[in-house]
Amino acid sequence: MKTYENTGSKDTRSGFGAGLTELGKTNENVVALCADLIGSLKMDEFKANHPERFFQAGIAEANMIGMAAGLTIGGKIPFTGTFANFSTGRVYDQIRQSVAYSGKNVKICASHAGLTLGEDGATHQILEDIGLMKMLPGMTVINTCDYNQTKAATIAIADHDGPVYLRFGRPKVANFTPADQKFEIGKALHLTEGSDVTIVATGHLVWEALEAAKTLNDKGITAEVINIHTIKPLDAKAILDSVAKTKCIVTAEEHNHLGGLGESVARVLSQHNPTPQEFVATNDTFGESGTPAQLMEKYGLNANAIVKACEKVIARK
Amino acid sequence: MATTTQLEALTTQVRRDIIRMVHKVNSGHPGGSLGCAEFFVTLYQDIMDRKDGFDMDGLGEDVFFLSNGHISPVFYSVLARSGYFPVEELNTFRLLNSRLQGHPTTHEGLPGIRMASGSLGQGLSVAIGAAQAKKLNGCGHTVYALTGDGELQEGQNWEAIMYAAANNVDNLIATVDLNGQQIDGSTDDVMTLGSVKAKFEAFGWIVLEVEKGNDIESIKAGLTEAKAKANNGKPVVILLKTVMGNGIDFMMHTHAWHGKAPNDEQLAEGLRQNPETLGDY
Repeated sequence: MKTYENTGSKDTRSGFGAGLTELGKTNENVVALCADLIGSLKMDEFKANHPERFFQAGIAEANMIGMAAGLTIGGKIPFTGTFANFSTGRVYDQIRQSVAYSGKNVKICASHAGLTLGEDGATHQILEDIGLMKMLPGMTVINTCDYNQTKAATIAIADHDGPVYLRFGRPKVANFTPADQKFEIGKALHLTEGSDVTIVATGHLVWEALEAAKTLNDKGITAEVINIHTIKPLDAKAILDSVAKTKCIVTAEEHNHLGGLGESVARVLSQHNPTPQEFVATNDTFGESGTPAQLMEKYGLNANAIVKACEKVIARK
Repeated sequence: MATTTQLEALTTQVRRDIIRMVHKVNSGHPGGSLGCAEFFVTLYQDIMDRKDGFDMDGLGEDVFFLSNGHISPVFYSVLARSGYFPVEELNTFRLLNSRLQGHPTTHEGLPGIRMASGSLGQGLSVAIGAAQAKKLNGCGHTVYALTGDGELQEGQNWEAIMYAAANNVDNLIATVDLNGQQIDGSTDDVMTLGSVKAKFEAFGWIVLEVEKGNDIESIKAGLTEAKAKANNGKPVVILLKTVMGNGIDFMMHTHAWHGKAPNDEQLAEGLRQNPETLGDY
């Protein structure tokens, strides 16, 4: 099977910062806003390079989202940065009315998503944001898997006309996608070929899915791993083509099983090709304090959990 | 430049538009709309420097944001009568497939609207963003915004008010419609605003007061003074003391007509008090 090498673990938020820095140099319409988390979001360099295009909103996320909507009037492309919790739940109505319904070209960039935020605990570990954002008409929802992909996605969304939710995280994770890989919104990436089970993963769970595929391969099971970086619009064809071959599927995400990637995949399958599916996701629960690795183990969001889910779903065929 | 007499004639026609629109569909918000008729007419016909036609970016012209979107009838009437879309389209207010939604939206592409509003408290933030974009674009024009007074109970306003002063957003002229009323009663009964003037001043804004907010000369003077004080490092707010339901005696000085349409007899009486000037749509 095809294997992937970790070229050196990095945090996805640094990929966002690097992408934003590059955009600052290449696209003069790009502006950035942050709600008192410049260091956490890695927006320091953009701010230093382009102070006139950087807006410190203070701890006032609602106003930040509204200002971002206003900045589009006049042709600016605003990128807002704060934690995923404060990027979505805290400002849902502002995003709904001033951004999504108003059709504004705002890029909502959200770090520290999910359990891997770690020790700060459940107040900051949002596991509902994908659901919140994918329900908004016209909103594109992206959850990138590593540094390189996050950087590429950050650059790509500037050229997409319309609101985007870009979700990434805090911890250093394997960096394995090619640095020169162009990011195509809505185009899933096939990482491994397999015929026994399809694993559709997003965000930090993509690397875990690759690790799971290796373990399964040792057991004589071939898994087709698909990196679904874009949850909306969903690449339904990639999913349907794969399950036509494998006849079963596991979805994997750092998110509640309610409202997440898994439910989007289930909708596609139930309409076009009902297929046994298992969900690697949190089970309608809040998180808690702990190290990222401890939390991913406790809540069943790692390679081991994916292997178990694959064995279970294969038995259901 | 329109004369005050011309603006008053237009205001009378706008009042007719408002109550006819709301009556037809038996829904909508006539009270606040009537209270702001003189303000909208003066702003669009006398104060704002506007280009012909409409484009979303609004570069090279003044732009306006309505935060208290429920007073859409006055907004739509004045936009139509300022040439943004045919006045006949006022007939479609709140009807299925209309561009004139219950609350203003960009979604249906109605010329003159640059943001959706209705869920309160969001307009000032958008106006600040648009003002920042104007500065980045080297556009010396002004951004205007209107909020309700009850709407100031929404916390986002105070985030925006703090931001604008802290960041010298001085190409912004906000207006607060101080009519003292909201859905459940007077603002004092529901949750008193205290001194709005002192609050804005404490946040670092230049505050102007227009005591006669339904008098076109007073509004003109207030907006002209605001323009003179803009672009000097501080955001400017006009506290516009208006009478809800102004121009129709039985609708005045009460919150009863905040979101209620007149019946046939009430419409006839309202129209009788405001004779046709420029022609009904």
